[in-house]
Amino acid sequence: MDWVALRLSLALAAVTLLVLLPAGVVAGRWLATTRSRARPWLEALTALPLVLPPTVIGYYLLVALGAQSPLGGAFERLFGAPLAFTFTGLVVASVIVNIPFAVQPLQRAFAAIPQDVREAAQCCGLTRWQAFARIELPLAWPGVLSAAVLTFAHTLGEFGVVLMVGGSIPGETKTVAIAIYDRVQAFDSAGAGAMALLLLVVSFATVALSYVLSERWLAPARR
Amino acid sequence: MSLRIALVHDGPPLDVDLALPAGEIVGIVGPSGSGKTSLLRAIAGLLRPRRGRIAFDHDVWLDTAHRVDRPTRERPIGYVSQHYGLFPHLSALGNVACSLVGLPPAERDAQARARLAQAHVAGLEDRRPRELSGGQQQRVAMARALARNPRLLLLDEPFSSVDRSTRKRLYVELKRLHAELAPTVLLVTHDLDEAAMLASHLCLMQRGRIVQHGPVREVMTRPATSAAARLLDLPNLFEGAIEGTSAARRLLFGPHRLEVPDSGAFAAGRTIAWTILPTRVLLHRVDRPSHGERENPVPATIADLVVLGDDVIARLAPEGMPQARLTLKVSQHVAERNALAVGRGVTVSLLRDAIVPLDAKEPGAA
Repeated sequence: MDWVALRLSLALAAVTLLVLLPAGVVAGRWLATTRSRARPWLEALTALPLVLPPTVIGYYLLVALGAQSPLGGAFERLFGAPLAFTFTGLVVASVIVNIPFAVQPLQRAFAAIPQDVREAAQCCGLTRWQAFARIELPLAWPGVLSAAVLTFAHTLGEFGVVLMVGGSIPGETKTVAIAIYDRVQAFDSAGAGAMALLLLVVSFATVALSYVLSERWLAPARR
Repeated sequence: MSLRIALVHDGPPLDVDLALPAGEIVGIVGPSGSGKTSLLRAIAGLLRPRRGRIAFDHDVWLDTAHRVDRPTRERPIGYVSQHYGLFPHLSALGNVACSLVGLPPAERDAQARARLAQAHVAGLEDRRPRELSGGQQQRVAMARALARNPRLLLLDEPFSSVDRSTRKRLYVELKRLHAELAPTVLLVTHDLDEAAMLASHLCLMQRGRIVQHGPVREVMTRPATSAAARLLDLPNLFEGAIEGTSAARRLLFGPHRLEVPDSGAFAAGRTIAWTILPTRVLLHRVDRPSHGERENPVPATIADLVVLGDDVIARLAPEGMPQARLTLKVSQHVAERNALAVGRGVTVSLLRDAIVPLDAKEPGAA
């Protein structure tokens, strides 16, 4: 059992969530309410990671994060460390890959708030922030929950992009999914099996928890 | 004290310029798609018109020429939309308290309770909207809209989603709350009877324009144009030429020559559209002469009769005008006393002052 890899996976999932969820709330709400003509294009862009092969995303990320690229070079000059093949680089990749899993449920949740409810908040004299905090966010809560769970679970299981961008450096970029692959390559069936089972249990627990929570949230609503 | 509204907008089309009396209930009536809701939304600041000016007395809410546009939350309004827009995740109390966020929490709660009690929904404070009946939801929405003591209460078809008996109770409630709090109320409805019952001022709308507005009685009994008469669903729309000299003018109605009021609208030589309310068509009694029966008598045959509750509506074919129909409305006992029946001949008087001139130049006028 590779505990280091597990800890790394959990850390990656947590950091990804921390970065992506607030950004996803802002983006999802904007996409749900905007009348901008750019909306379908931006929606397509956010959905792109769903359809592209991980190797394609991984390739572009590697190019973008490398020391030769403007982004990678600027980061290295600024912080004195490279992006590619580091935990930070992995976080950047993970955030980008998970955009659809965070943004789409949030967009749907905000779009489901009836217009007259939104407008009633304005007519009650609530400021934008008050309307968001008291009315919109609580109503979009199931969407926030499912965005969080999908992002977390998907990060734990991500393989292709992580391998492309991070390689397999123990303690830095070697996540559980990669560790399982390593074990299989090394004919260590027992090790791979143990970790696969652990990943299965953690993922199931996460998703199940979200269902339990949303059931509890929606139960009073159905009464 | 008045609310002045001048708006021009394209999608949906709006072209409105009117001054409404403050402190009254104003009914805004028109067919669906006539721009009633858009007008209300523009006043609330939920719709940005292309250009316009909205001012309550000297308080300017919108003036596109001077880049004034106060956001909805800063306009002293209460708004009840057709489906109320209650916050589904908050209790009735929470819904009303949302209108009072400016107050300290303790005071907010007490105020919200008082508002709910005033709207006769005390005891339901902890219920969520979906646990309330339609009528209770409407009362909570009304309490929420009134919580901030708005100067202007905007009601968009607030009675359309409740059953008839609840609606009647809510009518009384609105009148009571209005008497108590005296805000200016704009009540949008497609139901003319509802507006006539609740409002003191009526505003007829069609295709984004105001067709006519004024005190209810005046608008209901003296439509200014054919379009207004059609919106009021008036049956007796006729057209006729005025002949004679200015001293003795007559309105030609088939073979009948009717005396007309002494007004510029009936200038000799013009052809005008005109109407007469079915209740103002005077039926000559069979047993004894009626007052005014020598004025514009028109013999006619009853073409059909419909009993509607206590009223009888008779459609008459005036003598010499087999295609025309003159609608007469009398109470049932009058109909019985005069033995009204299909095919019978009667005489009616189209009293001079009951003849209402309409603008004949109106496009598509009858």
